[in-house]
Amino acid sequence: MRSLRIICPNGHLGFAPIRVESFRLGVAARPDYIAADSGSDDVGPVPLGTDTSTSPLSWQTHDLEHMLLASRELGVPMIIGSSGDTGSNSRVDLYVKIIKDLAAKHRMPQLKLGYFYSEVDKEDLRRRMRAGETVAGLEGYAALSESELDATARIVAMAGVHPFIELLKQGADVIIGGRSSDSCVFAAPAIHHGFPAAQAYYLGKVLECASFCAEPYGGKETVLGEVTADAVEVTAMHPAQRCTVASVAGHAMYERANPYFEQVAGGTLDMSECNYEQIAARTTRVSGAKFLPAAEFRVKLEGAGKIGERYVGMVGIRDPYTIAHVDEVIAWARDKVRERFGDAGYDLYYTVYGRDGIMAELEPMRDKPAHELCILVQGVAPTAEMAEEVCMIGTRQMFYARLPDVKGSAGSVAFALDEVLRASPACRWTLNHTLRCDDPLELFPTHMTSAGV
Amino acid sequence: MKTQKLSALAKTIRSKNAGVNLITFDIIFAERATYERVKRAGVLTRETVCKLYRIPDQRISDFVEFDPGNAIKFTLYRLRPSGSPGDSDIFGAQQYAPLLDVEVPAE
Repeated sequence: MRSLRIICPNGHLGFAPIRVESFRLGVAARPDYIAADSGSDDVGPVPLGTDTSTSPLSWQTHDLEHMLLASRELGVPMIIGSSGDTGSNSRVDLYVKIIKDLAAKHRMPQLKLGYFYSEVDKEDLRRRMRAGETVAGLEGYAALSESELDATARIVAMAGVHPFIELLKQGADVIIGGRSSDSCVFAAPAIHHGFPAAQAYYLGKVLECASFCAEPYGGKETVLGEVTADAVEVTAMHPAQRCTVASVAGHAMYERANPYFEQVAGGTLDMSECNYEQIAARTTRVSGAKFLPAAEFRVKLEGAGKIGERYVGMVGIRDPYTIAHVDEVIAWARDKVRERFGDAGYDLYYTVYGRDGIMAELEPMRDKPAHELCILVQGVAPTAEMAEEVCMIGTRQMFYARLPDVKGSAGSVAFALDEVLRASPACRWTLNHTLRCDDPLELFPTHMTSAGV
Repeated sequence: MKTQKLSALAKTIRSKNAGVNLITFDIIFAERATYERVKRAGVLTRETVCKLYRIPDQRISDFVEFDPGNAIKFTLYRLRPSGSPGDSDIFGAQQYAPLLDVEVPAE
């Protein structure tokens, strides 16, 4: 084939529903594939640490249903990467079940449903480390230690194109992927059909966030990418959006430290000599991308660990004297928690909105607080009971703080809620690392099943 | 001509996670001439970013003048990874505000 066309309706399937109008226009353009990524580490460590989705099941199902119906209508494959936000095994199983339920609901003729897992077993990783393998840190992380591994609840590896291509070779009509690089969801079919790696990975790069590569700004709209042997063309499907030189080049910067290079398992996409050209009102053509194969095959690992159970409380302050002395109010409440639980074994966080709640140490105006403050209190402890009490003391004792010159003596803070609320467990990113692999598929076992009637 | 604020000159000023331990900032201009003018003015450099955000130079992981996008882009290390308890900007999406008021001198 001379060219291959893929539509992408959503840059993070499930996180917010796709916009159906532009998706239908994309389907009417008769693409060769329908594909989307469904995950992100943007959502923080809690979903991976607790093996949950941050996206509601109804939105996930909504998007998968539209894509599956369109894919069957056109008779073209559908590909999903990083299922269910994290791409953990349970999220892959969930999406496989949704596809099976949808295929049964619509009485679809039997289809081949391929899927792969991306979770890495902790003990397998420990054996590799003990055998001398360095699990190298990224972006300021030190090399992985066994104690950090111990603190980890779950690890996923970031697949490249390899498991997708393997399932395409086996004839999959639908692929449900574990954690994978966004761009590889799109690059895989292009490589499978023989297009050069450079163009294939660039196609993936430009399509991965759907309409974020178009202007005016508007998420969750469908875009269409067409790859040939020497270029990629990308077109906005929404009638009011356009893919322009500025919007496409601008997207190359989005969410990444360096706009010229994109690392994937097996190599690096080099965009430093890309040429951008407006070839139609809503279409931009990009040529000049290069792909540099890696000397060593390294796969990115993401891991999250649970720190403890968490409760949150909230207070407001209006008295200007109390606002000026808010750190003393907080210190008072911290001290009361210390009297009850000692110095360690829990964590207590105060976020002072109206002063530096959003930017913390980066806030240039932190010495000019607003006329009212809202303070978010978080208590973290090994058990829910203890976290609740830590948070309750840390919140309620702000009411009793003793400031020497305060005029109001009936309470130092305002409560909108005289309670503390259970929140998601506190988690943290423990792994942001890479691991060397001998075989590109060794961390990503593939499976084939069927759906439909 | 008087000085102008960056918010009046740039099309886009944004911040966003770039992985779990970095926040990246994009200042994008609609016109090449404006982009070049801001570059020449020297108001967006590693040094001015350090001063504006009151951080040491080691907090900056990358600083790029991205000609194809008419954009100046820099990336900061977080003090703790996104979504750790106590982090109040999991997506890193609201860290750009101080850039809006950067004064760009007239030429």
